[in-house]
Amino acid sequence: MRLNYPSEVKVLQVPCTGRVDILHLLKAIEDGADGVYVAGCLEGECHFLTGNIKTKKKVIYVKKILEEIGMNPDRVEMYNLSSAQGGRFAEIAHEMTEKIHKLGPTPIKK
Amino acid sequence: MIVADRKPLTEILTMIEAQEKILIVGCKGCVTVCNTGGLKEVEILASSLGIARKKENRPLTIDTTIIERQCDNEYVEQLRDKVNDYDAVLSMACGVGPQFLSEAYPGQKFYPAVNTTFYGGAVAHGIWEERCAGCGTCIIHDFEGLCPIARCAKSLLHGPCGGSSQTKCEINPDTQCIWDHIVARKMELGKLEDLMKVRELRDWRSARDGGPRQSIREELTQ
Repeated sequence: MRLNYPSEVKVLQVPCTGRVDILHLLKAIEDGADGVYVAGCLEGECHFLTGNIKTKKKVIYVKKILEEIGMNPDRVEMYNLSSAQGGRFAEIAHEMTEKIHKLGPTPIKK
Repeated sequence: MIVADRKPLTEILTMIEAQEKILIVGCKGCVTVCNTGGLKEVEILASSLGIARKKENRPLTIDTTIIERQCDNEYVEQLRDKVNDYDAVLSMACGVGPQFLSEAYPGQKFYPAVNTTFYGGAVAHGIWEERCAGCGTCIIHDFEGLCPIARCAKSLLHGPCGGSSQTKCEINPDTQCIWDHIVARKMELGKLEDLMKVRELRDWRSARDGGPRQSIREELTQ
């Protein structure tokens, strides 16, 4: 397929989206990431049944925290796609990068 | 367990507005079980406050720790080495924690990071409900294990009030009328006549109405 996606996206692999923790997302923001997104399996198709649903709730929780402290909650996002959707993966990377570019750099000073 | 909820971040940020170095202390007791003040929540609060202050370009040095129970002086004592190295300390325990800490370390300022709400239990993952009012005179056996003191908005003892409608309490359409539940349970067990019993006026002095309470167990005192 050899699809391109923006080089500023750093991919961190986890065995299941369910492994992603609230703290992983917060620490990324705290350490200066402009945005963080979780790319999980399609809803209803989690190999471990509900990993992606659980993390969807964690993402919503982190959005609430960001909102509370006056940061744009759109800097954190959750997407669902299957491992066979390479095209969609690249599309999401472009979509999220574009959104973050519009929001501008993080207000967090390192 | 004692159930608590984390205070809004804006309220906590206002409390520590002037501070530059703080310690957040969690508790491994009730607040860990109700996912409010355990190790994970301490780290989440630290990260959230860290982000908020970095955003304002006023970085905050935050250290975190957790002790077995903040309501026991033997564990509170474990903080002695470090507690005075900070501008302030945030306690994520129930309301007992910051009080025990303040008593043990009078020179330090302790802030509560949680609002203590009730004695209850988890009815489902992530949902806690009030079950006990700590009234000091337990009578739940008379009501098939359903406490009308804690679970009736008016703490009625002789049946539902006029606000009970279609199994719900008038205070909130989501709140179960516990008296509806008690009557249904008594009917199910064929013990409805139990509710005919007229109770003497309740002595509320064993509850909060009698002022702050104390429990002394002579066989344990030294």
